[in-house]
Amino acid sequence: MPTRLRTSVGPRYEGIGSAPTGRRSVLLAAASLGLSFALPALPARAARRRGSERPRSLLVVWLAGGPSQLETFDPHPGHAAGGPTQDISTVIPDVRIAADYPRLAEVLDRFALVRSLVSKEGDHERGQYTVKTGYRPDPTAIHPALGAIAAHELPTTGLELPRFIALGGAEFPSRGGYLGNEFDPYRVFAPGQKGQNLVPHVPVDRQSRRLGALDSLTRSFETGRGEAVRRTFHEHTLREALTLMTSEQLAAFDLDGESESVKGLYGDSDFGRGCLVARRLIEAGVRSVEITLQGFDTHARNFAGHSSQAKLLDPALAALVGDLEDRDLLESTVVLVMGEFGRTPSINPLDGRDHWPHGFSCLLGGAGIATGQVIGSTDPEGVAKQPADPVEIPDLSATVLAALGIDFAREVATLVGRPMKLSAGTPLAKLLRAEA
Amino acid sequence: MTDQRFHRFQLPRQALPAVALVVLGLLVGAAARNPLAVRRRAQAASAVTDRSAGATLSTDATVAAIDRLLAENRRANGVEAAAAADNLTILRRLWLALGGTIPSLEEIRRFEADTAPGAVDRALATLLADRRSADALARRLASPLVGDEKGEFIVFRRDRFTTWLADQIAANRPWDQTVREMVSARGLWTDTPAVNFITQAAANGVIDADKLAGRVSRVFLGARLDCAQCHDHPFAAWKQGEFEGLAASFAQAKLSPVGVEDDPARVHRIDRTSVAALATAMTGAGRNVPPRVPFGAEWLGSGGTHRENLAAWVIHTDNRRFDRAIANRMWSLLFGTAWHEPVDDIPEPGPTSSPDDLLDLLADDFREHGRDLHRLIKVIAATEAFRFASTHPDLESAEGAARVKATWGAFPLTRLTPEQMIGAMAATTSLQTFQSHSHLLTRTIRFFRETDFLREYGQVVDSQGGSLPATIPQALVQMNGKFAREMVEANVVTATGRIAGMARDDVARLEVAFLVALTRRPTSEERESLLPLITLAETKGRGLEDVMWTLFNCPEFSWNH
Repeated sequence: MPTRLRTSVGPRYEGIGSAPTGRRSVLLAAASLGLSFALPALPARAARRRGSERPRSLLVVWLAGGPSQLETFDPHPGHAAGGPTQDISTVIPDVRIAADYPRLAEVLDRFALVRSLVSKEGDHERGQYTVKTGYRPDPTAIHPALGAIAAHELPTTGLELPRFIALGGAEFPSRGGYLGNEFDPYRVFAPGQKGQNLVPHVPVDRQSRRLGALDSLTRSFETGRGEAVRRTFHEHTLREALTLMTSEQLAAFDLDGESESVKGLYGDSDFGRGCLVARRLIEAGVRSVEITLQGFDTHARNFAGHSSQAKLLDPALAALVGDLEDRDLLESTVVLVMGEFGRTPSINPLDGRDHWPHGFSCLLGGAGIATGQVIGSTDPEGVAKQPADPVEIPDLSATVLAALGIDFAREVATLVGRPMKLSAGTPLAKLLRAEA
Repeated sequence: MTDQRFHRFQLPRQALPAVALVVLGLLVGAAARNPLAVRRRAQAASAVTDRSAGATLSTDATVAAIDRLLAENRRANGVEAAAAADNLTILRRLWLALGGTIPSLEEIRRFEADTAPGAVDRALATLLADRRSADALARRLASPLVGDEKGEFIVFRRDRFTTWLADQIAANRPWDQTVREMVSARGLWTDTPAVNFITQAAANGVIDADKLAGRVSRVFLGARLDCAQCHDHPFAAWKQGEFEGLAASFAQAKLSPVGVEDDPARVHRIDRTSVAALATAMTGAGRNVPPRVPFGAEWLGSGGTHRENLAAWVIHTDNRRFDRAIANRMWSLLFGTAWHEPVDDIPEPGPTSSPDDLLDLLADDFREHGRDLHRLIKVIAATEAFRFASTHPDLESAEGAARVKATWGAFPLTRLTPEQMIGAMAATTSLQTFQSHSHLLTRTIRFFRETDFLREYGQVVDSQGGSLPATIPQALVQMNGKFAREMVEANVVTATGRIAGMARDDVARLEVAFLVALTRRPTSEERESLLPLITLAETKGRGLEDVMWTLFNCPEFSWNH
């Protein structure tokens, strides 16, 4: 019978460091945790490392609900499919995007724009699974999201924060899948705020008594079950949780140190603050960050709905890219902006657009990406279902992994020993810079 | 696709109890106006009476055969049997498997009051007769049967399906009849809940025959035949063409204004747009595929719709895979891990039933006794292996642990599911057993707490059903979450507050706390190390809070043992 529990915890043990002090030492000592899990603050050197020297990270800006390509990055004003949406020019010659995105237009050359994504999944849950993992839903396996793969494959040294953090309450959270649920994202439901459940309910003296008693109960349960209990990793996980609760790196969630002008650039919204936190997390060495903006499922009042979304997305996204660039972090961060599918070229009687997986858009920028170009095009009249130069989702996933420097075709054994490729696609050479 | 408008509509939470009352009123009214449904329920109820005579047949011979087989396995591998678990531990296992929670103090007291021999069997019989066990079993089975995806809201009603399944389990309807109805039922998803087995596979108004074929083979035959959708099955001698043939049995099914129907004119066509057609896409030509089964063609029904004929094949008494599949699944339910993992991909049966094959022993008993799920559960729960302790001298080393595990020499440790976790937490908060007929407001509040908890807690098993270690967010929820705080807080309604106020002294307080959370009394060492939490605390309430928090966060709470 195959072993289902992991016998090696892999990267979770990395980066063990020096002695703890203060509150942390009280809590860790109380639980007989010794010093082994007390990490030093992230080595300043690692956090300061910049440019291509830095290990890569993935930042996914998830537009949940299915953003309309026609009201964002692929407008067709004056045509049957276009509706009332107008367009504007961008820094990339001859490339125009929806007029609601003036700030993004200024920095569009930091991205490659793909206008011809195709998928077969027009249901939210199945669509997001497909786009986030690069595989269609399969009842016999759960595939890891790209973010989980990045967290699994990319190095973390001295990081006490979770390797994969998801900001905002995504309806269908990304999963670690067969990589293990320790690669599920750490989810922060209110973007722009610190994670939940990080503060004990009782003062440190009571917490320390509780942990002492907990240690005694754990020893008691181990009696006669030693190896079986050790394989639960219960105590190990508890130590990591306590380490996180007392970590100085949690300051990455705290925006008090940011100037008003920087905050202003991102926009006065939860999403904007979340994007700023995302930048701080990347800077702190988190390998994978996903931030979700809800509200693109506009079956009714599509145009008004997308305009209000643009007021949140345009400043935040432009500020995020600019800020990453200013801090020399863009060279080491792959930025992917997309949702589960696009919306129909036809407009329904409720002035809405419905789901459309046959030609939708995404932005891909940062590390290793050949930016400043547009790939594919859709039919302005909305007649042809298939876009020109279609890009399949598995190929997009392979491209993202390749840009991160990950061996996308590597086979990983699932818990039952079934070999699975990280991506079944082929990277699109034209999206990757020659040196990547 | 416009269905998303409906399920995205959300009410403010404060309004929900009121809305729930209105909805409940409407449902009661609808039931009153639907004599057909009432009649069906009465028929289901009479089925229980008819079958109770058969259920009294002794399970002893089968249990003894299983015990012999496992003892032989242990001997061959040099593994001693674990000691017998104490009765309270077994009671906890039974409640987790069949009630989806741990026994409340009330249940523990009742159980301990029954001092005659056979108390565990009586507790099991009581549990199986309780509607809550049917609900919990139905929730567990619904996941493989209709998946965990939300599906198309317009045509798929998970709640209707799960309630219907619970009705069948409560009535102890023979499993083959229940399955026959799922596979072949016609009608509306609201009026004939069994058809939701079919409608869950609908996407964009079209029923996905491949998905249904995969589900039928995994859940009812214990074979991941859907692996053969894209390539030949690795160890079963099943080919891609056979998968297509199985899928073709669902091709007549279609959605119409009167629900799921079978249209004899419809054929299963493999073409470029189908995933199953990657191979044929090379040629570019579509082709029609007739229904076909991978083995036992003589068992197929005749004269019915393709689905009816397939249902007859699936449940045919010569189709041993059918009985072995559910036996493996029920083993998994009780032990937390299946006899063969993954639970839905088990080796092919030998040419004839063998006394050396545990699944054959269970499957034969199941078939010979009218495919009685309650009896199957009783047989498994009566085995020595189910009643072993989870401690074993060999568990100190990795090699020893592997041997014990392979021979079922001790009861395995498995993670509680999120639903069991929330059930156990709720049972710990209140001293009484939570009832499905508890006050609606209580249930509504519990529902939203559960929803919040599950959202934060996430998953504990992989797609193979294996236990996964806890994650950091899960540890944080258990230590610092809102639900955890409410649960341990000492006030007039929580167990913590009531134990603090009512028990006669600190030793008794500690004992009741252990019973409530761990279904056992503390050892003397544990008493020594935990009593100071109460005696040194500012108030008894605070002390008890610290005790409950500790019990709730220890591995014994969240791992079935």
